[in-house]
Amino acid sequence: MTRSGLIITRELHAFFGTWSGYIIAALALLIEGLLFNAFALGSKPKFSAEVLSSFFYFSSGITMVAALFLAMRLIVEEKQAGTIVLFFTSPLSERELIYGKFLSAFIFLTIMHIISLYLPVLILINGKISLGHLAAGYLGLSLIGAATLALALFCSTIASGQLLAGILSTCLLVTMLIMWLLSGIVEEPFKALFSYLALHNDHFNPFSKGLVNTKHIVYYLSIIVFFLESSVRVLKVRRWQG
Amino acid sequence: MITVRGLAKYYGTYQAIAALDFSIARGEIVGLLGLNGAGKSTVLKILGAFLVPSAGYAAVAGCSIADDPQGVRRAIGFLPDRPPLYHEMTVDAFLAYVLRLKVGRIARADLERQRDEALDRTALTAERQRTLGELSHGFAQRVGIAQAIIHKPAVLILDEPINGLDPVQIVEMRDLILSFRHEHTVILSSHILSEITRTCDRILILDQGRLVAQGTEAELAESMRSHKTITAHTARDPHPAVAALNKLDGIDTAACQQTPQGEYELTLHASAEVRALIAQQLVAYDLLALHTAEAGLETLFMQLISTPRKPDDQREREERSKERESGAKSEKATESWRSGAKSEKATESWRSGAKHDT
Repeated sequence: MTRSGLIITRELHAFFGTWSGYIIAALALLIEGLLFNAFALGSKPKFSAEVLSSFFYFSSGITMVAALFLAMRLIVEEKQAGTIVLFFTSPLSERELIYGKFLSAFIFLTIMHIISLYLPVLILINGKISLGHLAAGYLGLSLIGAATLALALFCSTIASGQLLAGILSTCLLVTMLIMWLLSGIVEEPFKALFSYLALHNDHFNPFSKGLVNTKHIVYYLSIIVFFLESSVRVLKVRRWQG
Repeated sequence: MITVRGLAKYYGTYQAIAALDFSIARGEIVGLLGLNGAGKSTVLKILGAFLVPSAGYAAVAGCSIADDPQGVRRAIGFLPDRPPLYHEMTVDAFLAYVLRLKVGRIARADLERQRDEALDRTALTAERQRTLGELSHGFAQRVGIAQAIIHKPAVLILDEPINGLDPVQIVEMRDLILSFRHEHTVILSSHILSEITRTCDRILILDQGRLVAQGTEAELAESMRSHKTITAHTARDPHPAVAALNKLDGIDTAACQQTPQGEYELTLHASAEVRALIAQQLVAYDLLALHTAEAGLETLFMQLISTPRKPDDQREREERSKERESGAKSEKATESWRSGAKSEKATESWRSGAKHDT
């Protein structure tokens, strides 16, 4: 097993070995189910594809919140417990540590998504949806979830406590979400810039409607790599600063 | 095995360590001695490739800290001042995890053999199935040692290994460290003089980030032959004379305090025969007694941490000079040293170094 693999295994044991992982998963799935019934299905008749789009729309919000809770503790908890010394005094690169931590949380998030599959399956049984729509929606959920994980992991790397990591992650996420609002009130070239940077609106909605466009995939991958590499840099700088 | 040349570390503008030079040979057990904030942990973190130095050169097992940190990390076992433990893991699972982290891929049979050896060395075999969160501080510290030695590193770096241990655990930890003598090169830190002298072959004394002395216990004692601690008792307050005494050649420091019996006790560190001069100054204050104590290691330590720096920092010298005028500095250092020793619950008398003659 590689050292990154070792970190993934330990983190997954920590997620499943303590209540925190189960609580985050259970709450996310519960809220997802409630929103599915209350808003996605609704009281008026709808096309199955519309219901599925609404499901992905609500799921994206829940995915982002769950990703925040999963990732904001990943590094800061090690710093507070003093266990980060184990990594810094082992032949393990900062990149192996950050990517190992990220992948562990991503696997956990993916397991949550797999469990939530029963909801679209209900639509499939009672209505008519394309598997392509389903796959595109889950691809979008995975990408926006991974981007949020990377963002929260970065905040966990720079923060000195879990509360601060949570506040920073939330502020940064909200800022990236409301950029589409800002894009409506500023002039070019900021309009296009803010619109492009907004995490959800322009980039996620096509996935929820079953559309896959490479530029949106590239956007999310860029966000993920940017925050993960920034986290690696922060850890490297810490060796100089102490 | 360890080479340090001109090592310095700044945290922002604060200089944690400055211009350190020392070497440690294979198989040596060397102790870093200093008060809290002296820079001991910073030195150990740099040697553990945990921190990058601001200036200078350091190498462990032939690998440069700056150029080959991964090589350094392969060669060391590191115990920080707080053992790094995952409280939800069992001792067995944790040690297996650390071993894999250190060596990468390893055959199960090798893993089990090395883990059993580490458990055996640290007398933890009976505790191997317990979760780390349940362990007492003494056991947790042993797990900390076990994780440091499990991959058989050439160099062991132990930051305050006896911190918070009770007297029995201190003896056990001392024996454990001594058992590493021919297997590992050990560098450890402590602010307890008696422990350092019992455990280590050589002592490096740090004060405010500088190496103020180094050598074996005998070498350090030899260097103190010319230094004496003189204690004088007077019936009347001799504070006006303290400033004059501080200016005398041969007197390094002079401090005064009132005893519970209402007498005044002056403690002077001298590097020459100055008893007659002291008597002349104090006779006007009803001198009651004058004692001379040969300097022990404790005295050396106290004197080293009370001695002003060489002239690279004029402001610091002036501040220390002012403190000497008031006789406060030496008191403060003594108090800090005493409280540190008490907090460790060390049972041995750490003051036994001084032999009094009259």
